[in-house]
Amino acid sequence: MPGVPPQQGSPAPAPAAPGPAPAAVAPPRRTAFAEGVDQLRAAATTEPGRLRIIGAVLALLVVAFGAVTAWQATDRAAAADDVLNNSQPLSSAAADIYRSLADANTAASSGFLAGGQETKASRERYERDIRTAAEKLVLAANNSDPDSRSAETITKLNRLLPEYKGLIERARANNRQGYPLGGAYLRYANDTMQTEMLPAAEELYKTENERLRDDYAHATPYPWVAIALGVLALAALAWAQHRTYVHTNRVLNHGLVAATATTTVVLLWLVVGHSVARAGLNDSYDHGVRSLNVLHDARIASLKARGNENLTLVSRGAETVEVGGEFRDKFDVAYQASMKDLAAGLAAAEDLADDEAGERPVQAAAGSMDVWKERHQQARDADDAGDYQAALSKIIGSKDDEPTGECFDNVDHSLETALEHEKLEFEQAAGDGRDAMTGLPTGAAVLAVLGATGAVLGIGRRLSEYR
Amino acid sequence: MHARRLRASLKGWGGVGAMAVVCALAVAFALLLPHTQPGGDGSTAVGGRGVAEARQAKAATCENPQDQSLPPSNAEGDTIAAIKKRGHLSVGVDQNSYRWGYRDPNSTGRTSELEGFDIDLARRIAQELLGDPDLIRFKAIPTNQRVPAIQSGQVDMVVRTMTITCDRLQDVAFSAPYFLTGQQVLAPNSSAIKGYDDTLADKRICSAAGSTAYDNLAADLKSGKLPASADISTTVPNQLDCLVRLQLGEVDAVVTDGALAASQAAQDPTVELKGDRFTTEYYGVAMKKDADDLVRRVNRILADYRADGGWKESYDKWLSPTLGRDSESATPPTPRYR
Repeated sequence: MPGVPPQQGSPAPAPAAPGPAPAAVAPPRRTAFAEGVDQLRAAATTEPGRLRIIGAVLALLVVAFGAVTAWQATDRAAAADDVLNNSQPLSSAAADIYRSLADANTAASSGFLAGGQETKASRERYERDIRTAAEKLVLAANNSDPDSRSAETITKLNRLLPEYKGLIERARANNRQGYPLGGAYLRYANDTMQTEMLPAAEELYKTENERLRDDYAHATPYPWVAIALGVLALAALAWAQHRTYVHTNRVLNHGLVAATATTTVVLLWLVVGHSVARAGLNDSYDHGVRSLNVLHDARIASLKARGNENLTLVSRGAETVEVGGEFRDKFDVAYQASMKDLAAGLAAAEDLADDEAGERPVQAAAGSMDVWKERHQQARDADDAGDYQAALSKIIGSKDDEPTGECFDNVDHSLETALEHEKLEFEQAAGDGRDAMTGLPTGAAVLAVLGATGAVLGIGRRLSEYR
Repeated sequence: MHARRLRASLKGWGGVGAMAVVCALAVAFALLLPHTQPGGDGSTAVGGRGVAEARQAKAATCENPQDQSLPPSNAEGDTIAAIKKRGHLSVGVDQNSYRWGYRDPNSTGRTSELEGFDIDLARRIAQELLGDPDLIRFKAIPTNQRVPAIQSGQVDMVVRTMTITCDRLQDVAFSAPYFLTGQQVLAPNSSAIKGYDDTLADKRICSAAGSTAYDNLAADLKSGKLPASADISTTVPNQLDCLVRLQLGEVDAVVTDGALAASQAAQDPTVELKGDRFTTEYYGVAMKKDADDLVRRVNRILADYRADGGWKESYDKWLSPTLGRDSESATPPTPRYR
């Protein structure tokens, strides 16, 4: 389109050309660029020539503005789409992988702790967790680049999961025969989980969170280049119209007015659309992702606390660490630390929750946590008083014993509810943000072409007055 | 002139340099020495390998460590008074040694109590000391934590298939021996390993960290009694973990006390004891080094335990199925006191 006016006008400079044309023959051949500059310079000396140049520049500016807008908007929409459909689900999947692995391990070792055969409930829980972990690993594998760090971690987890499961099955078989060898397999499985699988799952979670932050960083910055081009195009159009007014005393040139209008619309659409998208995305980050991260972290802390609580009973206080000059049970110290993390996480989650539906499950989790601490203390007291059996019942007993296991389950369920709520909020806000850009790339392209046509026609109309 | 001065100054520095080199070599040697000792496994049982090596020279004068305990007595001292005041006995035990100290996953009671030969003995001690076999707290400790647990006062005593050795006598006190055993090799039935001999060449051997089995393996590897190609780098927290490694094919053989090896073989029909026991060892109850009153009292309790048939009853219940009625272990060792 910008090429049209010069073509139309190519016969026009002929009358003005006789002077320079013979001169061009005399010197040796010159570059096309130099000739073009000369032609331009020659054209600029006459009003139609100037008009052609102005028309070309205006059309070029408007089209460039449209193209850059379409490109930048597409880029940001793609990043926003990644946030919504790719990196956030993956970050959640990674958190779920960690959670199901840790929970499976706890379920498997609780059975061993009880001293008898595992219950139907703990077996089902274990199976469900393993299934979830396997499913989420597939999801994560499908969404990660083949050579990325995540892919490497996922491969490692995919290799370890069946190994782990094999160890647990051997533990079960030996347990059935009444051999302590079952416990030894369980310890080996627990070791594999604690020293290899969980750290890998945690790394995956961190990597995916980084990716999520990257996608946000791509989706939210203002498209400054497009905005600057838009302002420049508008300024040029205004100047062209002012010039027309000064030369002809005519206020309105339909083509130029149309070009100005379309450019203004695109610019406004871009700025408003992006601001809305940005607001939506920022909202999804502040109220969705941050809450989700805090809740995931809290869930992981509660899992760690539960695992360590179980281990205090497995080791029966045999492993100690020195804390402030006194020897304390190693696993109880770790439990206390995780509980502190959980309390901090829940407090942060309550701060971040922006509505009642988000606050309620977090408060419920905090309530369950308080009961958990209370019962844990009772278990510790019983253990310290030498009543191992009472301590055991208080931690993994049946419902009548009011065990801490119940509190852990309650915390876990509340956190799951909270996570679902925040996930919904995230999806809404991020979806709104992404949708605010819908149609902008196409719209910008179409309007820019229309605007450029308008500018050319407007200038063409002025030009025809010289025929 | 110039060259001569240079040579003179070099001569002066040469002496200093030589001394510096010698010093540096000495320091490097001293620093590297602990690392060049075979098989440092991080075991803290006897304060690190370097210390253990040094002690062996001293321990060479120690013979028959099982005969070093104090004569029995009912006299009461500070240690027993403290236990009575506390109201319970704290005992370090194992929960993974089949028929020694373990939990039966199929036990019908709703309890998860430990049981086995060592547990019976610990309960007997609590009964005699405090009048109730249930006034006892069991702490499950890994093999290499037995000595530190006693030294830090976490437990009053360790009743956990613990061999009386000269090395350990430096750190803790032992009761009179209560059980006779010796190291044995355990391997799959189909294995070419015949016993503790050259058939162990190129084989990976598992032992518990901080166990006498590991100490023996390390010493024999160094002295050449064991083929140099034998790999003893796999150490685990508990001897039973060796059976896990053996079943998973991560090692080819296990070396542990015959009594424990028999327990392992009882849990897996595809492995068996290979060859005879190649050491003679005695289990003892380990206590704090200065707890003389407790040591004497435990020796008195052991004497009663043997005399009234309690020992034999416990052996028949727990160990005769795996070790047999006619084993040399089937009668309590005769104590000799210091």
